[in-house]
Amino acid sequence: MMDIHRCFRCGYCKFPDDFSKYNCPPYARFRFESFSPGGRLWLTRAFLNGEVDFSKHLSEIIFSCTACKNCAENCRMGFKDEIVDWIVSARREILERGLAPPFVRDFLENIRKYGNPWGLPRKQRADWLRAKKYDGDDYLLFLGCECSYEDRGRSMAKNFVEILERAGVSFGILGENECCDGNEVFMLGELGLFQELAERNKKTMSELGVQKVIAISPHAYNAIKSYEGFEVFHYSQILRDLIQSGKIKPGELRKTVTYHDPCFLGRYNGIYEEPREVLNSVPGLRLVEMERNRKNSFCCGGGSGNFVFDLLRGSYSPARERVREAAETGAEIIAVACPACKAMLDDAAKDEGLKDRVAVMDLSEIILRCGIS
Amino acid sequence: MFELKFDRAVCEDCTTVDCLVRCQYMDFDVEEAKREIMKLINGEDSVVLHECATCYACEEYCKRGNHPFYLITDLQEKKGIFPAPRPILRQWINLAIPGKKDFPHFPGAKEPVISLCLFPEYIGSIQGKLFEDVSVILGRHFFCQLVYLHFGKPSIIRERLPKIIENIANHGFKEVVFFHDECYSTFTSYANAYGIHVPFKPVHFFEYLYENLKKRESEIEPLNVKVAYQRNCSTRLTPWKEHYLDKIFELIGAERVERKYDRENALCCGGIIRSLQRYDLFVDVQKRNVEDMARANAEYCVFNCPACYSSLAKRVEEKGIKPVMIHELCKLALKRA
Amino acid sequence: MDIYKALVDIVGEEFVSRNEEELYIYSRDSGLTEREKPDFVVMPGSAEEVQKIVLLANKYKIPLIPVGASLTLSGLAVPIRKGIVVDLRRMDRIIEVNRLGRYAVIEPGVTQGKLKAFLERNYPDLCHSMPDAPPSATVVGNILIHGQGNLSQLYGFNSTMVTGLEIVLPTGKICRIGSCSLSPYWFAVEPLPYLAGIFLGWFGTTGIITKLGLRLYPRKRLRDIEVFVLDDPEKVADVVYRITHTEMAEDVITMEQPYPMMFRDVVLVQIYFNGDSEEEIEFKRKMLWNSVMNYIRSRDGGFMFLTPDVQEDFLEKPASSVTRFADVMKGGGFVYCGAIIPVEKFAEALRKLKEIAKRHEITYGHVGRIVGRGHCMMFSFSFPFNRADRASMERAKEALHESYLATLELGGIPWKPELFAQKMILERMDKNAAELMKQIRGLLDPNGIMNPGNWEVEP
Repeated sequence: MMDIHRCFRCGYCKFPDDFSKYNCPPYARFRFESFSPGGRLWLTRAFLNGEVDFSKHLSEIIFSCTACKNCAENCRMGFKDEIVDWIVSARREILERGLAPPFVRDFLENIRKYGNPWGLPRKQRADWLRAKKYDGDDYLLFLGCECSYEDRGRSMAKNFVEILERAGVSFGILGENECCDGNEVFMLGELGLFQELAERNKKTMSELGVQKVIAISPHAYNAIKSYEGFEVFHYSQILRDLIQSGKIKPGELRKTVTYHDPCFLGRYNGIYEEPREVLNSVPGLRLVEMERNRKNSFCCGGGSGNFVFDLLRGSYSPARERVREAAETGAEIIAVACPACKAMLDDAAKDEGLKDRVAVMDLSEIILRCGIS
Repeated sequence: MFELKFDRAVCEDCTTVDCLVRCQYMDFDVEEAKREIMKLINGEDSVVLHECATCYACEEYCKRGNHPFYLITDLQEKKGIFPAPRPILRQWINLAIPGKKDFPHFPGAKEPVISLCLFPEYIGSIQGKLFEDVSVILGRHFFCQLVYLHFGKPSIIRERLPKIIENIANHGFKEVVFFHDECYSTFTSYANAYGIHVPFKPVHFFEYLYENLKKRESEIEPLNVKVAYQRNCSTRLTPWKEHYLDKIFELIGAERVERKYDRENALCCGGIIRSLQRYDLFVDVQKRNVEDMARANAEYCVFNCPACYSSLAKRVEEKGIKPVMIHELCKLALKRA
Repeated sequence: MDIYKALVDIVGEEFVSRNEEELYIYSRDSGLTEREKPDFVVMPGSAEEVQKIVLLANKYKIPLIPVGASLTLSGLAVPIRKGIVVDLRRMDRIIEVNRLGRYAVIEPGVTQGKLKAFLERNYPDLCHSMPDAPPSATVVGNILIHGQGNLSQLYGFNSTMVTGLEIVLPTGKICRIGSCSLSPYWFAVEPLPYLAGIFLGWFGTTGIITKLGLRLYPRKRLRDIEVFVLDDPEKVADVVYRITHTEMAEDVITMEQPYPMMFRDVVLVQIYFNGDSEEEIEFKRKMLWNSVMNYIRSRDGGFMFLTPDVQEDFLEKPASSVTRFADVMKGGGFVYCGAIIPVEKFAEALRKLKEIAKRHEITYGHVGRIVGRGHCMMFSFSFPFNRADRASMERAKEALHESYLATLELGGIPWKPELFAQKMILERMDKNAAELMKQIRGLLDPNGIMNPGNWEVEP
């Protein structure tokens, strides 16, 4: 954070590349300059310099950033790639000084104790899912916390498992031996815990001889990639390959669909086209783009643990804005590829009263809906 | 300090005066050409000093080993006849002054070594099978300076060159591969013409590419494409290495299309002509050149010089021809395997 | 009276803050301004809410500081006497675009970026005059400080492009000016008495703009640039005269800076031009080249060969290179005196800039923009500083102050001047004019609540 003073607060970071809308989730939500990336960096510096005292409000400013990386994508300065690291470092500093706000503390404590942010029993991680344990299969299917405990995440996992089985893919899961991937833990600044989680998962996977991992959650995908030593795929890539190789053949679906890019798949890992190729392979499906797509995608607001503690909630929430944007395209389905996005957007569609107009569905669900042969 | 080795007798009994008669940018018959070249060797003013497009081609047209172009540039400077405006020259002079980001020494660099001259943007492209275990040196401390030939300011070359040579030699290299054609020509043709000692062996990038492709011949899948080649100015100073290009093309299955403006009849990319403020000529030369490539059904325009690429790539693309640097084309042939 | 509660009643709890964090951020700008914290920050969503805030402030004589993106770098939107900061960026609707009449009606929070994107998407043959400020700057804010944009060489200061205003006056009345005061159209402020002048250039001391009509102009399909390079600054004014004579250029920018080395010791005159076809572009290019052919022949000037990446950098709109100047010292800031000067003073201004930089041992940059056909220019004296190094901030401040003085000595006027320079201007201004300014303000704002401290004539 030595260079944090280099931020000029010029505001390029607030926008997508055409400047059409505010694309920083907390700034778009709260609209006070303090919630912009620049405001956050200036306040972080003021906090470190002792110019501003720590407060509940400051913690909300610092933890409401979803680490969506739009700022780094659009910043014009030489330090652009460091911005997210600075935010993470600021959080680490807060944690180290023992100032973690309760919602963050609970989030991390639950992961430390139970391996998931909700504090639910480990046993429930995969006892609901009918899938075999990994035993030297071609792929390990890594569920991640959202797909293990959260209803909409669970349905994503079920759907994908069904497709894998029907396509005859050799895979297995870790079951209750799977542990939180730690992506959010890292983003919240708890680097020590992240290391522990990573080591634990690495050890489990290595002992089983895992080489190839499929992650359903882009957050898990991002974290496991950083573990090193494994070949990691996002499930959208596997779906695309299964379709391209003819192992599954989607039936017809006469629907207009728009695709919402998850931050940890898109901006973090450059995977933009595979999910679209999956959708475009469905006969009759018309794919339309939202105004903000690919590297300009507008985050659902769920990153950095916000899918649990949701500091951005309310009628101006990014998820609700995003659902409105999707509805404007005339799409009947918002296709998602991330369990956090699915839950955030699904709730938002309900709150916006748009549930009947646009259904939030993940890629597997869409493929199953149209029927596969 | 360094004097041009120029034999006036060679010109005096020349009957063809190819240097000027074959010039693409000035129109002389043999008689007129003879008159003008005599003025030049006598150190007198000549229309040539004012109209020269600085394409370097006369160095190649002269088959008698004299240095008509070097003579022209020396005379331009001596007489204060500057082909380009002063501020443009000033920019070029400043451009080569080392700054904080330039390092005179690359610790650990070892052969095979490629000098990237002043083209840091190409670092990322010096990767893959063709460049395994190569070291790269680059920056202003290795900039060959030859560009001042275009601006009637060759004394800068001679002034700065010994230091550049020293910077390279300090690494103890026996051989250095030069990515930029102009560097290779500097350390061979130019240094030789002025008696400047070069304590390492300059290797042209073509030769390097050829040798390394040859080693991997079994991995090459012929491209089967038609290519036009854009010769850059400094290749005129060192035509002896041009055969490597044809050998490369043969290896990778690229057919060098027959066209009017190739080989000795090549046209300048236009970049320098524009810098010399001859806009109409610049437009005309680029147009003729690119139309010629299109007429010959070239699919690619292959560049040897990054500066030519900057100047001509967009025009070429507009005609539906893909611009490509020679090493990128070679990589394409290997990539498929 | 619980002012906080009153503000909450007006705009809702979500859009009022008295938290230290907001007060901190709104007490400073990206330049060198750091002042006392305001009491509240409020974000109204409509003209009616603005009106209620103004009435409240008037009743309790609380200073109001209207704020766009607060990017003047000279503290014009930073409170001087505490009070309520009114951040107008929630009011960001583009209300209307009249295509055939080429105007738009917008709210004060519309950013440069948003209007650009909106027009490109919906009216691709229209554009507005865009400054090289970051896209987060507001259109109205730029106009209210007499900003310039990429069409200023053609049409003058951006403030001359106003076709109508809706203002909440300091007393709380909502007032419309121009054709919109009696017609559904917002085509012009003429032919009525020129009331708009009471609000443009006053830094929010005469009211809060809630709607603004703005001229739009033809946007051509293609845009290109030629850069003419000179090594003698004395010749720049004549070169500009010749180029503007052709009427072929859209925007004319001057530039001089010590880095990169290729830009050292020379002045760059960037000439932007446009066309709907290649033919139009080439015709204009030819005319521009011909206009300065005498300098080319004498070898005193020439056009630079632009590599594609340099060309792309120059053609970026807005030019982020202007913003990136803040990172020159890896220090996160710069300040500048935008001197509005006669073009003939270019060389002298450049000399002074270099002298000032040398005296204060500070690096500098200069970017200038021609306004009108050489009627005047904005000449920036720019100095980067390091926010983590107080001494460098002090040096920049001193250099800035000297630049203000130099501007006045040149017969120029500092643009969007900070308090120090406002005082210098008022001291030198015709006494009766200064007095008139004071009377107008007294009339409009009897309680002196509007951005107090700015443009204040000493008694």
